[in-house]
Amino acid sequence: MTRIPEDPAGVFPDPATITVDGQSRPARAGESVAAALIADGRAAWRETRTGGKPRGVFCGIGACFDCLVTVNGETDVRACLRQVCDGDEITTTAPEVSARPPRVPAADVSVPIVVVGAGPAGLHAALAAAGAGARVLLLDSNPRGGGQYHRQLPESFRASRPEKAHPGQAEAAALLARIAGHELIEHRPNTTVWAAEAAEPALRPGGSNPAEAGEAGHVLHTTTGTVRAERVVLATGAYDRAVPFPGWDLPGVYTAGAAQALVKGQRVRPGSRMLVGGTGPFLLPVASGLLAAGVKLEGVLEANRPAGGWLRRPGILASAPSKLLEAAKYNLTLARHGLRVANGQAIVAVHGSRRVEAATVARLRPDWTIESTRTVEVDAVAIGYGFTPQLELAIALGCSAGAFVDVDSQQLTSVPGVYAAGELTGIGGAVLSAAEGRIAGLAAAGAVPDQRAARTRGRYARFATALAEIYPVRDGWQSWLDETTLVCRCEEVSYQTIRDTVTEHAVTGTKTLKLCTRAGLGWCQGRVCGRNVADLTGLPAADHRPVASPICLGDLAGA
Amino acid sequence: MHSDVAIIGAGIIGAATAYELARAGVSVTVIDRGALAGGTTSGGEGNLLVSDKPPGAELDLARDSLRRWRELDPGDIELEPKGGILVARSPEAAKALAELTATHREAGVDGRDLSLSELAEREPHLTRDVAGAAYYPEDSQVQPVLATAALLTAARRLGATLLTGAAVTGIEPGRAVRTASTTVHAGQIVIAAGPWSGEVAKLAGADLPIQPRRGMVLVTGAVPKLVHHKVYDASYLAAVASDDAGLQASAVVEGTPAGPILIGSTRERIGFDARIRVEALRVLAQGALGLFPSLAGVKILRAYGGFRPYAPDHLPVIGEDPHRPGLWYATGHEGAGIGLAPATGALLAALMTGGVPSVDPVPFSPARFG
Repeated sequence: MTRIPEDPAGVFPDPATITVDGQSRPARAGESVAAALIADGRAAWRETRTGGKPRGVFCGIGACFDCLVTVNGETDVRACLRQVCDGDEITTTAPEVSARPPRVPAADVSVPIVVVGAGPAGLHAALAAAGAGARVLLLDSNPRGGGQYHRQLPESFRASRPEKAHPGQAEAAALLARIAGHELIEHRPNTTVWAAEAAEPALRPGGSNPAEAGEAGHVLHTTTGTVRAERVVLATGAYDRAVPFPGWDLPGVYTAGAAQALVKGQRVRPGSRMLVGGTGPFLLPVASGLLAAGVKLEGVLEANRPAGGWLRRPGILASAPSKLLEAAKYNLTLARHGLRVANGQAIVAVHGSRRVEAATVARLRPDWTIESTRTVEVDAVAIGYGFTPQLELAIALGCSAGAFVDVDSQQLTSVPGVYAAGELTGIGGAVLSAAEGRIAGLAAAGAVPDQRAARTRGRYARFATALAEIYPVRDGWQSWLDETTLVCRCEEVSYQTIRDTVTEHAVTGTKTLKLCTRAGLGWCQGRVCGRNVADLTGLPAADHRPVASPICLGDLAGA
Repeated sequence: MHSDVAIIGAGIIGAATAYELARAGVSVTVIDRGALAGGTTSGGEGNLLVSDKPPGAELDLARDSLRRWRELDPGDIELEPKGGILVARSPEAAKALAELTATHREAGVDGRDLSLSELAEREPHLTRDVAGAAYYPEDSQVQPVLATAALLTAARRLGATLLTGAAVTGIEPGRAVRTASTTVHAGQIVIAAGPWSGEVAKLAGADLPIQPRRGMVLVTGAVPKLVHHKVYDASYLAAVASDDAGLQASAVVEGTPAGPILIGSTRERIGFDARIRVEALRVLAQGALGLFPSLAGVKILRAYGGFRPYAPDHLPVIGEDPHRPGLWYATGHEGAGIGLAPATGALLAALMTGGVPSVDPVPFSPARFG
């Protein structure tokens, strides 16, 4: 709830003054509006449409839309993505009519290769393709490259020791410098791809000439203009999965990714006394980052009991030595604070009137049903139950996908000319993403495959498979819910409504359920609730979202 | 399995027909290859319109249907008598619109000419660049998937059976419908498979001239009540009546009880091509902004498409196949199926059980195709 005092990252941000509901408040130029509001002592700044419930940051990386706010008259702006400018007028109640945001100058371009996403996979794909002599356009929705893993502080923070915010900063800085310095790579930040489709040259007379259009097989519609490309490398990454529990929509419940983004990218503490819970090794860097930021942690709770799983897979840890080292480092940080990961435990409820005041921590049985509980006083919690890939662009381009995008040994999807790399094809961390990105970039450029990258991918892919097996999300979480627990946060649809609708109307289809209950029809379009509804009902999750990111009607009309 | 009637298609038309038959004491099995309301019904806005139908057989069906929708009340289906507003953007269009309201009034439809100040009062955010407007208070809306679910649940409570996930593999008119896992023996078979009705009819050896007519809809995020009625450009009437296969677009904008604004409408005959094309979305956005310029800052959350069941003469096909006794059709409603469903179900039920139809069945008879 406060900025990190005497910040070891040595930040010297330009001060900015914003108004919040007419009151002048201090902020930092370049930080996110969400960070400014949280640092100003707010956990929530919006009320839900039907239930009047308070909402603030939840996912922290643009997937959930909980943090919507009005900025300079433009309604429904994601506070976690919007950067503060001096003089911004923030209001927590929306005007009747939204102001249209200033238009971003847009130019239509045709390129041989476009890479979407500047995380580890996208950065390496761009470098590999450019290294093979191809011209590359690298699109990224963030102001700075790096993605979630190599998240960079805002440039305007002028950090003297950014490595204190991100342990892998040296590697990240080198990588981004190579991108910036490469004459064949154009890196376009602040660019969101809101739709993708196969090129249909006949439909747009006056566009590129037919011969050229025939080669430019794919069209990406972005917030900075239309991009036609022969080859597309999708590296759109993933966001945290959160399973619901009573109170999980209270302000002060953050995804692990949100907590990390606030600390690592904004230098703001999401709480002063916190719990970290969920499953998977990602909880470790999040806990470690919170500790380094001066947050008091009351526990780090791993719902699974992974020791047995690792023991049954001797050699797997040795196949990914960097992972082992990382984990040891994080565990050491925890130990220095008198903490160790509590296995077989989870946050199964949080309590509070307008924000988190306490949490119920449960000791779980192996199937995740509750064995016993205790109450812990905290003012925030961070939860992470693995990751959900951002599949919409891949699906829009026609790529075959199940839970992840299907790719071959060259990272080629089922659609000619479309490659996928990174978390989109399976959750395996930055090293695997980088290797996949390099393979995809080389293949897209038609270059000779890199055997070393292929070997790295092989080893880390085995590691990723082991991770998925050792840290599954087990069905017992469903027993944590009570009837009123919201499953769909956007449209405020309860567990009871979903269960009763399926039974009463004999619903056997995902779309039918969605349209009967509105679960998944709201701002986040099922990004947060989709997997959970699927688990609760046994109906498949649907990731078909032809509008991949909200776009103003005026921009769509002029696109 | 045995039942008196087997209905193929668990969309709004199949649901309404099942409900009417079940109410009449007939045993019914509804069969669908997917889930209930998983096809055309889920792609519709739920229009119950009289304003877009010139006096004639379809208007009679629509008025009968509207009355039935109000009486049905099968639970919460978001039935909203929001009223329709037609906007003419040129003096010629305004003249044609005034003629339409006059003929509607003669036919007993409440169609009112609106002055520009009355229009501004009803729709404050509408463009002032308007040559004429009309108001149809009877125009209404339901949430089509909720309505279908409610009707099917009501039918099941009256003894009907619902078989979902069961693709039909064979039809013997007057005898049975086969699926991969079961055979439903039924003396009467109804094909209510929307735009897929032609393909289904082939299984019975019949040639039914139903084609898909593609449509797309844009949906905004939840906003305050900015659009109060179903507002549409009077050119919509020409687009509906057109036989052109190419992309036709006319602006249709409406608010919904849940908050989002729905923006239509496109029509094109491109087969069952389910892709969402940005070019079509762009045209929809331009049309909506033409009517409501102040929506420029409103955010579009999603877009969806559907296939309307298109009959070459734009009239629904309701009745028995003249050459195949025991085989019935209820399709071809194009974009009006939600609105026309209850009257369609009631008409079929009356024809099948020897009851008295409340509208003239002749114009809808499949016999017109020879």
